[in-house]
Amino acid sequence: MTTTTLAVLVPLLPFLGAIAGLLLGRTAPGFVRPLAVLPTLVSLVLAALVAARQGGDGAVDAATELTPTGSVPIELALHIDGFAALTAVLVTVVAGCVQIYSTGYLRDDPRYPSYAALVSLFTSAMLLVVYSGDLMVLLVGWEIMGICSYFLVGHYWETPEARAASLKAFLVTKLGDVPFLIGLFALATDAGSFRITRILGAVASGGIEHPTPIALLLLAGVAGKSAQFPLHTWLPDAMAGPTPVSALIHAATMVAAGVYFIARLLPLFEASQAAMVVLAVMAAVTMAGSALAALAQDDIKRVLAYSTIGQLGYMTGALAVADRGAAVFHLLSHGAFKALLFLAGGVIIHAAGTNSLAAMSRMSHLRDRVPDAYWTMTVALLALAAIPPFSGFFSKEAVLGVAEHVVTGHTEHAPAAAGWIVLLAGLLTALLTAAYATRLWLLAFRGHGTEAPDHGRQPLTMTAVLWVLAVPSLALGGFAFRVLPDWFDGHDLTPTLTTSVLGTGVALVGGIVTYASWRHTTAYAARIPLGAVAAHPEGGAGQVEAEAIAGHEPAYGDIAYAPDPSDPGRLLLGPLHRHAAAGFHLDAVYTALFVRPVRAGASLVRFLDREVVETYVRGAGTLPRWVGAAVRRAQTGNLQTYVSVLLAGTVVLAVAAVLVATGA
Amino acid sequence: MHLAYPAVLSALLFCTGLYGVLARRNAILVLMSVELMLNAVNLNLVAFDVWLSRTAEETLHSGQALTLFTIAIAAAEIGIGLAIVLAVYRNRGTSDIDKLRDTAEGRESDGPDAGVSDSDASATKAAAEKAEATA
Repeated sequence: MTTTTLAVLVPLLPFLGAIAGLLLGRTAPGFVRPLAVLPTLVSLVLAALVAARQGGDGAVDAATELTPTGSVPIELALHIDGFAALTAVLVTVVAGCVQIYSTGYLRDDPRYPSYAALVSLFTSAMLLVVYSGDLMVLLVGWEIMGICSYFLVGHYWETPEARAASLKAFLVTKLGDVPFLIGLFALATDAGSFRITRILGAVASGGIEHPTPIALLLLAGVAGKSAQFPLHTWLPDAMAGPTPVSALIHAATMVAAGVYFIARLLPLFEASQAAMVVLAVMAAVTMAGSALAALAQDDIKRVLAYSTIGQLGYMTGALAVADRGAAVFHLLSHGAFKALLFLAGGVIIHAAGTNSLAAMSRMSHLRDRVPDAYWTMTVALLALAAIPPFSGFFSKEAVLGVAEHVVTGHTEHAPAAAGWIVLLAGLLTALLTAAYATRLWLLAFRGHGTEAPDHGRQPLTMTAVLWVLAVPSLALGGFAFRVLPDWFDGHDLTPTLTTSVLGTGVALVGGIVTYASWRHTTAYAARIPLGAVAAHPEGGAGQVEAEAIAGHEPAYGDIAYAPDPSDPGRLLLGPLHRHAAAGFHLDAVYTALFVRPVRAGASLVRFLDREVVETYVRGAGTLPRWVGAAVRRAQTGNLQTYVSVLLAGTVVLAVAAVLVATGA
Repeated sequence: MHLAYPAVLSALLFCTGLYGVLARRNAILVLMSVELMLNAVNLNLVAFDVWLSRTAEETLHSGQALTLFTIAIAAAEIGIGLAIVLAVYRNRGTSDIDKLRDTAEGRESDGPDAGVSDSDASATKAAAEKAEATA
């Protein structure tokens, strides 16, 4: 088979699996698991094959016109360069792991067939985005991911949190997608094509007349999809979905789509200095703010969600300093270790029966209950905190190194201001990242108090994939930074000495400070007992998690916050803690700015409709109703009355006809 | 014969039929009255056809042909009408037109036997048997 055929099969197989899974879900439940897992694994093999054949050489391009549109043509096009080939491998690896993990995690769930089919459909859409060489086709995958995310976040739709979160995720990402669509049209009008290769050609020859507005419009869509400030608020709430969904969609793939999109069209963004500075500011605010918020969260998954936002901030930061190699490198390593963090987090939530770090810090021996999750999560947290030699170190240092290059004026692609912003915010975030990673690890695994409940071993499907993902988290970076430049633009990704020392130094400082404050605060833990655990600890992992999510707010009064004095984050953040836990009240601001005016407008429209428009309609109906009531009285049911009236009418007509005829 | 005799006879017949349709309460008698009216029209048709064809050189006698047509239709009509009356009588135990007021405004149609007491029901049965015997 040619590389093109293989590449077409990669997104097609999960799509067919999804369709078959949806159709057979009720009639043949035995086929659901193979139909969920096998197409994804075959896709993984094919994606690896495509990557091996592509080998970082010239991009594979193939296109066939979909339908004549009369103006800008829409084509089914493939454009596989090194970025696409490697990102597709990451997507299929994570999707395969998540599908296998889900068979264990949701084994008792009655809605598993539709869940698995939606995950397959999602995987296929993401692969379509990755391989597509045509922006309209890319948009199709982009929107399918949005709707799949809506359904999967709302998987536990019995809980009000999940319902609200799924709506919020959908609306906020759509808010970004509208300008995104307009931007795509503007771009295609300027370039005369939706094909990425032609657009990049037009950019190179200066054929784009308005790069700044186009880039800013596209940035809005990217901010929505990749959860960047100010459209990031949906991601922490989306943690109301099942953990495998968080791992696949909200850590490794869908949120990476925005970063990947900018990486594909980076020359367009480079053409506008303003867009690059906006991108840099967005990245800086996102990463610093989300790291602060992560330090204050009580829900283990919300910590990870904010950390995802922060790491995505690093990627957009790398793009703001015009190095897509570093951005996609971080995307790959982050995809591996963040999926691992979420999946291990799911195991921990199941074992502990709670998602609250405050409750976990009052359980001893939790790490002995889930040794696989303990070790792999330690690896992943070290990678997240960018400690050498874990993979996160190399990718994060690549980002910081590029920013330093820009600051010192070694490149003309990006403005120096963007370099400074990204470098400083990156270093600050490295400190905070290490702090919240340490806090998460200490609270989850170093608790004191009653012994954690023992539910026996976790299913093999759930623990085995943790080790599969632990390998790239541990070793990907060290091997990849030498190889990857061949696949990417050829920029050097080797960590530079200055940023490595600085980055690792602040990370160590963050970790040590957190450890010290934890030692100081942990004494309070014994005094104030806290805790809410799931009511059915023997139930399946999915059920335990749904109960834990539903139980957090009644137990602590807030979905993100717990009044826990033994939390080191509280000591570190001081008065900022309360605000950081609420995500710096951005939701409240949006409520005041957008939700309330919209609701007021809606109630005004309802008033006008009910009281004004309907009054006219009712008034218009009154006269016919009266006439009808009068006429209805004639209908007595007596046939002879009818005939009499008929006769009378005939006589009247006949008389009238005679009178008219005689001219009287 | 002068045209006035059949015309007057036909008018009398028609008025008798009209009176029957408007005033009789038994559905069968109403049907018979309808027949009277139809035949009054037939009589008119034949009489006027003869009167008109007297002066014509050649004629198709379309009035008489139409009469034959009307007779055939009337036979079918009375057959269906009587069948309906029979069915109604079996169901309701009566063929009184004044009591068949289901289409009146504001009156919901009851079930087929809801308004019929036990004695009526047995009468219905007997009538049905009688009807079958006569058929």
